[in-house]
Amino acid sequence: MAKGTITIDERRCKGCELCTTVCPKNIIHMATTFSARGYRPAILVDPNEQCTGCLLCATICPDVAITVYREIKPKATTPSTTRNT
Amino acid sequence: MLNEHMQTVFDYPDALTPGVTHYCPGCTHGIIHRLIAETIDELGIREKTIGVAPVGCSVFIYNYLDTDFAEAAHGRAPAMATGIKRTLPDRIVFTYQGDGDLAAIGTAEIIHAAARGENLTVIFANNAIYGMTGGQMAPTTLPGMRTTSSPSGRDVEVQGWPLKMSELLAQMPGASYIARRSVHDPGNINKTKKAIKTAFQVQLHQAGFAMVEVLSSCPTNWNVSPKDALTFIKEQMLPYYPLGDYKIGDAIKTLV
Repeated sequence: MAKGTITIDERRCKGCELCTTVCPKNIIHMATTFSARGYRPAILVDPNEQCTGCLLCATICPDVAITVYREIKPKATTPSTTRNT
Repeated sequence: MLNEHMQTVFDYPDALTPGVTHYCPGCTHGIIHRLIAETIDELGIREKTIGVAPVGCSVFIYNYLDTDFAEAAHGRAPAMATGIKRTLPDRIVFTYQGDGDLAAIGTAEIIHAAARGENLTVIFANNAIYGMTGGQMAPTTLPGMRTTSSPSGRDVEVQGWPLKMSELLAQMPGASYIARRSVHDPGNINKTKKAIKTAFQVQLHQAGFAMVEVLSSCPTNWNVSPKDALTFIKEQMLPYYPLGDYKIGDAIKTLV
């Protein structure tokens, strides 16, 4: 399974929780603290490195707050899934 | 964990400005804006794209997409876009309209733009309600749906039936590409992206009028959580507004 991770821009997140509903690993949770804009932002809680970089959270995020990274495989033969080529 | 072996597979599109939108939490306008921005980036048309902004919640789209923009009077975006496209035929002109804008006050403009077969791309966000003004009944409000101006539910005996704009415009010989998509889950968001890209490509091929109707949500005025709003689209809106391609003109069959 590919390894990946995400970063969530707390300044953009409005705490709508949609990313938490689509994450297949259930590793996105809502913070208990408030952001500067007064929302409880989503945070990644992934101590076991379960994130695969599947893009579902970033796809559904209405505020484009999520950036997704995926581990490069040394012998990758499949084309890159990078959005812009 | 983020390390040097990680590569970015999803990042903020160049054609979106860095600011934060004014939309409510969970509003799917943001998703549709992103899909348009990604399409503009992928087609490399940012420098020659002119958008026409509507009246409604998405009135500030000109602040969020990093392209040229004009602001039209309520419902008149297709008329203004017609003028821009005819004056500057080498530009890519698109309108972004809500259901209150396109299906109510702007019904005449959109129908005649399609009837004339204008080379325009129309992105139509249908959330079945007037969002900006406080959740009043729109022409696209579902039968029985409660709004601030139909508190006991839309009564089709009194207020009539919701307009199905995609089916209506697909009748027009000038319409080249008419499709209805939804943004209620990631799979459908990706299909919406493909349809929006096709709609822009139709214009690049000067093949006539293209419109993508996108079923979107309004958690605030539907009085539900963002998650339940997406469930509402899936369970309530999809039966009345079936997804699909309603018109694919002969000239663009190879694009789709």
